[in-house]
Amino acid sequence: MDSKTSLQLSRRAFLASAAILLSTSASVVHGRTFHQGMPWAPGAAKPPTPVRPGPWVFFTADEAATMEAIADRLIPPDDRGPGGKDAGCAVFIDRQLAGPYGRSEGLYTRPPFMSGSGTQGYQNPDSPAGRYRSGLKALADHVAAAQNGKKFHDLSAADQDKLLSGLEDGSVDLKDTDAQTFFEMVLQDTQQGFFADPIYGGNRGMAGWKLVGFPGARYDYRDWVERHNEPYPLPPVSIMGRADWSSKG
Amino acid sequence: MARKLPAKDVVVIGLGWTGSILSYHLAKAGLDVVAIERGPWRDTATDFPPAYAQDELRYAVRLDLFLRPAQETLTFRNKADQTALPIRNFAGFLPGNGVGGAGIHWNGQTWRFLPTDFRLRSHLTERYGASMLPEDMTIQDWPVSYDELEPYYDRFEKLCGTSGKAGNLKGVKQEGGNPFEGWRSAEYPTPPLKQGLGAMLFADAARKLGHSPFPQPASNLSEPYTNPLGIRMGQCSYCGFCERFGCGNYSKSSPQTCVLPALLRLQNFTAQTESEVLRINLDSTGKRATGVTYVDTSGTEWEQPADIVLLCAFALFNVQLMLISGIGKPYDPVSGQGVVGRNYAYQTTSSVSIILKDKVLNPFIATGAHGMIIDDYNGDNFDHTNLGFVGGGYMGASQTNGRPIQTRPVPKGTPKWGAAWKKATAETYQHGYSLSTHGSSYSYRDCWLDLDPTYKDRMGRPLMRMTFDFHENELKMSAFLTERLADIAKAMNPTEIEPHPRKGPYDSTIYQTTHNTGGTVMGDDPKTSVLNRYCQSWDVHNLFIPGGASVFPQNHGYNPTNTVGALAFWTADAITQRYLKHPGPLV
Repeated sequence: MDSKTSLQLSRRAFLASAAILLSTSASVVHGRTFHQGMPWAPGAAKPPTPVRPGPWVFFTADEAATMEAIADRLIPPDDRGPGGKDAGCAVFIDRQLAGPYGRSEGLYTRPPFMSGSGTQGYQNPDSPAGRYRSGLKALADHVAAAQNGKKFHDLSAADQDKLLSGLEDGSVDLKDTDAQTFFEMVLQDTQQGFFADPIYGGNRGMAGWKLVGFPGARYDYRDWVERHNEPYPLPPVSIMGRADWSSKG
Repeated sequence: MARKLPAKDVVVIGLGWTGSILSYHLAKAGLDVVAIERGPWRDTATDFPPAYAQDELRYAVRLDLFLRPAQETLTFRNKADQTALPIRNFAGFLPGNGVGGAGIHWNGQTWRFLPTDFRLRSHLTERYGASMLPEDMTIQDWPVSYDELEPYYDRFEKLCGTSGKAGNLKGVKQEGGNPFEGWRSAEYPTPPLKQGLGAMLFADAARKLGHSPFPQPASNLSEPYTNPLGIRMGQCSYCGFCERFGCGNYSKSSPQTCVLPALLRLQNFTAQTESEVLRINLDSTGKRATGVTYVDTSGTEWEQPADIVLLCAFALFNVQLMLISGIGKPYDPVSGQGVVGRNYAYQTTSSVSIILKDKVLNPFIATGAHGMIIDDYNGDNFDHTNLGFVGGGYMGASQTNGRPIQTRPVPKGTPKWGAAWKKATAETYQHGYSLSTHGSSYSYRDCWLDLDPTYKDRMGRPLMRMTFDFHENELKMSAFLTERLADIAKAMNPTEIEPHPRKGPYDSTIYQTTHNTGGTVMGDDPKTSVLNRYCQSWDVHNLFIPGGASVFPQNHGYNPTNTVGALAFWTADAITQRYLKHPGPLV
């Protein structure tokens, strides 16, 4: 059956089913109905939207400065490659918090909220966006009180590390914020930004993938499955391609 | 008040593996079939084309293809004396969503259960005596035998084009295959996949220790294949994006790649998506289903009358719809009476991490189901006398990917961040490997599913409540299996080895597997089963649950999909060859 015939059939089938509905209920079923052929049409794909460069979307300037400083301590720059800041981890988190992840979209958020055992999972009503806002505020307040009004990003790298270790092991108290869960969330999101496809704003220049040797969005390794013990030779590629592909023009 | 639609011969709830197989066979037999699916239509070109299918954040972390807890979730607790709380974000297991269901995001691991698994209680009692089984263990024999199901396993494997090497052809042992498997009437439809270095090193070590390694049976095809419905599939490209992903390459078997293009050509089949079945309707006697009521995206309710109702949702939600519809007696763990929700079981997995400093492993060159496996410690393939447990599992080298957000091995004691973390991550990625065990999960009196008294879904229906924890039998088994696996791992001469046997309590926040089984068990006795041997409701004869994993009386040491698919074909035959001629109880 060629696509033209299929479309005609679908159209007839649609009219027929619409007629049945009209005769029984004078209404149209919402949801989608598929009948007599696959619904194949050009241009129907749902590709991801690339993150736009530019100003912060979720973070304030102060929050962003703190997040970039944290990202550079969690993933420090060294002779192996860029750190979390230059790899865009804070940009990644910023755009994620401004999107569905930040809003807890799709999660079950109905009350009542009760605390349970660790095996039952996260049970608080606040979203990641809310947790970042309050967590970063609590951190800023803590630093200002303990360090003569300074901000996190003004501290030395050694002092930043000390503070982050304190959040991680629970020895630093952030008043209303659970320091350990906040730290775990920031660490997880930073590492995700370092290793996710660059289309989402992190892993800039594929820094994370180059660090470990992951070839990225390649899709065919048939010629290399049985080349045992030989490092895969091609550089990584993003869903968006590679910079040198487009510059060759 | 629901608006009434014209009657159909058959209404199918859920369009995944079982729904698509049943729809095809019943429509082919001339029946007018409508399938109603909660999630969206999904297809390779629109939802996971190779232009962007390899997106770890979108699919593996943000779980693009999975059920959203806001649509439906369940509450969970380990023990009956705890208050169950909602799973607000799926993590421990991941139910699928939309056309294709779990058949889209599975890894393609395509196993048959052992012949002895089908008569588990009888077999263990005969060999070891009844005292070997814990008093609260509620395992039971299946109402079908391996011999009866063999032709149906064969049909599902041919539908999928499964790649592998037979170990037992009609009773004759075959070199290179699984020597413990039940007899097969035919070789696998396609030859085994190629293997990476990690798997070959494991196989060498296992052979040295006297085991018989073989390639894991995979529905990620080693070569192009045309299935019996005339649908052509492509060769797997070892891209390493199987589990949690759809295949952009038409090489992982799924309803999309194996059934739907043929099904949608049948004039008497209709799929209705983004429409959620609220309940199965019964007539005034309560012994006959009259159809279903569903709600569309506008919130309008529709009644779809039908002569036959097929419940083909994911295992957990089959149980929920039975409870909500009031079909069958709900299970009560205190009295031990009742059947719906009884014998919920899972899977007991564990792993051994190794580092092979002088080897380059290219972990990203992978499929969801390649690797080399041994089956020496599965089911009752080994003598359990004096071991203090029953059950077992397969084990081996089957690392499915090197996607770096979630797969990033580091040596023991590495800090979680900072300069030392970065160095260890960079230095270990190419040399770290994970071996795993995949063990059984037998059923117990205090592991069950019922309706939650507090939490509701978006339709105002009670969420289902899961009460589940690992039992000592399974934890002992996992410890034993993990030790055996570590023995082989040591023979691979690793620079570092770290066994991770499964420990309790069961933690719903750590991904283990989506092999949730039981709750609408099939059996020979209506007192201990919801369905008879043809997956037909004991109470409502025109209602079938054709082979979702909710029909398993307990879970065995293998992935469930092949058995799910075989039971779908088995039920399709029972309906077309027997039920249509004499509608009524088949047993």
